[in-house]
Amino acid sequence: MATTAPTFLQKPVDPARSNSGRSGPSALSRFARRTVFIIGGIVAVALIYTAVKAMGHATGGTWPFTSMPLPFSTDDVTMPPVMDIVLRFGQPQRTGDPKNLTMWILEAMLFTFREAFVGFIIGIIIGMAIALIMLRTRWLERGVMPWVIVSQTVPLIALAPVVVAFGNQIKVPLFSWQQWMSVALIATYLTFFPVAVNGLRGLKSPTPLALDFMRTNAASGNATLWKLRMPAAVPFLIPALKLAATASVVGAIVGEISAGVRGGLGRLLIDYSAQYLSDPSRLYCVVIGAALLGVLFVALINVTDLLLMRNRPREAR
Amino acid sequence: MTTADTTTPAIEIQGVGMVFNGGRPNEVTALTDIDLTVQAGEFISLIGPSGCGKSTLMRIVGDLETPTSGAVRVNGKDPRQARLDHDYGMAFQQAGLFDWRTVSANIELPLELMKWNKARRQTRSSELLDLVHLADFGAMRPWELSGGMQQRVAIARALAASPGLLLMDEPFGALDEMTRERMQGELVRICAETGATVIFVTHSIPEAVYLSDRVVVMSARPGQITDVIPVALGERNEDTREDPTFFASITTVREALRGAPAPAVTGSNSVDIS
Ligand SMILES: Nc1ncnc2c1ncn2[C@@H]1O[C@H](COP(=O)(O)OP(=O)(O)O)[C@@H](O)[C@H]1O
Ligand SMILES: [Mg+2]
Repeated sequence: MATTAPTFLQKPVDPARSNSGRSGPSALSRFARRTVFIIGGIVAVALIYTAVKAMGHATGGTWPFTSMPLPFSTDDVTMPPVMDIVLRFGQPQRTGDPKNLTMWILEAMLFTFREAFVGFIIGIIIGMAIALIMLRTRWLERGVMPWVIVSQTVPLIALAPVVVAFGNQIKVPLFSWQQWMSVALIATYLTFFPVAVNGLRGLKSPTPLALDFMRTNAASGNATLWKLRMPAAVPFLIPALKLAATASVVGAIVGEISAGVRGGLGRLLIDYSAQYLSDPSRLYCVVIGAALLGVLFVALINVTDLLLMRNRPREAR
Repeated sequence: MTTADTTTPAIEIQGVGMVFNGGRPNEVTALTDIDLTVQAGEFISLIGPSGCGKSTLMRIVGDLETPTSGAVRVNGKDPRQARLDHDYGMAFQQAGLFDWRTVSANIELPLELMKWNKARRQTRSSELLDLVHLADFGAMRPWELSGGMQQRVAIARALAASPGLLLMDEPFGALDEMTRERMQGELVRICAETGATVIFVTHSIPEAVYLSDRVVVMSARPGQITDVIPVALGERNEDTREDPTFFASITTVREALRGAPAPAVTGSNSVDIS
């Protein structure tokens, strides 16, 4: 009788819980709290940055009350003042340019986002395809998984030029391969991995009980996949998608830099770092833009998460 | 779904044996020489010490395992064919409902797999919700229900396609005594209404006696049937539990279990006698 669980271990009916998913007032207050935390965090970072700068300025570049030099310079070139960086967003990219820097960065973010997002979607498709192949037999899993892992040890810097060179060789009628597509593929390369690994775990997560149930009801392989394995994989895929989202932005930026693609954040980073000494704040602005793009992408996944998981038990979220 | 006439037994088990991992060091003989015939509409309980092969026998009938020897016919068919014909409904110790589906959608899943259209499925699921007294809970999620309610949903799901044959493996094993007795009452009523044939695995002697037309007593190492005890209690109701015949049958089953060679019997079956 070791299997008999006492009643108190079972989930009771709790009317208060019944309608409180992530929607409603609790979700809103959670959102508000999170916003406060984020803004607070940004303010804290700005304050610490300014304080470190002020300290370096006061001591002349040493630790307070010592002659030990700080490990970095706090001058206005290395660490432009916070206000300079903030104000820089509103100024023209370079003198005489009618567009201000914010517009340039927003356009670059959009451009890079397109590459990252296309790469991300293709990565999900490829990742799930690989997961489904590995699901078929233990043999295939043993054969494929090592390659999936090895693929991630190839440095992106080495891979990117190869992908670009390959892309440039593609000649299909009625289709012209664009450079940004190569960049998207590079993003795909970083994206498919977490999806394949977590996707496989998720697809394998149904209990023998659930699988027996499908079998008893003469469910086809397809029905078992769509009505059991796929829904069961969703909670496993969400964290993978968050990882993939940030990775795809990194992949896209690195891809742009190695492919020499114009129009995205990668190009701005290269250009602005070349002119860093004359205009340091500008590079900081692009870095902030790149970070923001990653954050927005993850926020998009969080919304998807809310939609997909709105009807799941809290423990599974 | 049953097409069996009175001459075809619902289940015929002949000389069934089951050896897991045959020829390897971890070889287990789970069942030897099982013979059992179950008539359509009969309620049969399997009782015996842990590991005597009750679940395995049930799984063989339900085509979840293939016996290593002997033959099984279900409604005169191969178990695999019976499974493909949706002749079975199954319920286990855990409800095993799908979190991402509402209670109704869980009940409708077997019907979805049989390609019923939506309107028909909805009619059927609301019928079943009434049957298990959960009419107001169809739109809820399984995890919002108590264990007993989840188990009732699982039973409704097992009944969805009106299978002629219900296979239940300790379906009330995780419930407290009060809920359990109420569920037994409901199961008796449901079986009377649907005329289903039931194979019911349990650890509880009173439960087996209360529910069954015949109690099949098994022993371990090797798993085999040692006794088949008919229970003549007539129509079950709340007074049945106080009926002298009820206690007499409990004693008979308990003695049959004691008589079984495995010494573990008394320990594992004394729990529910109160
Ligand atoms: N898939 C399996 N592989 C190996 N051994 C098994 C398997 N299923 C059951 N057994 C063994 O068969 C015997 C009977 O198990 P089971 O039918 O679950 O017993 P019961 O349900 O009566 O407790 C046990 O010794 C168990 O370890
Ligand atoms: Mg068992």
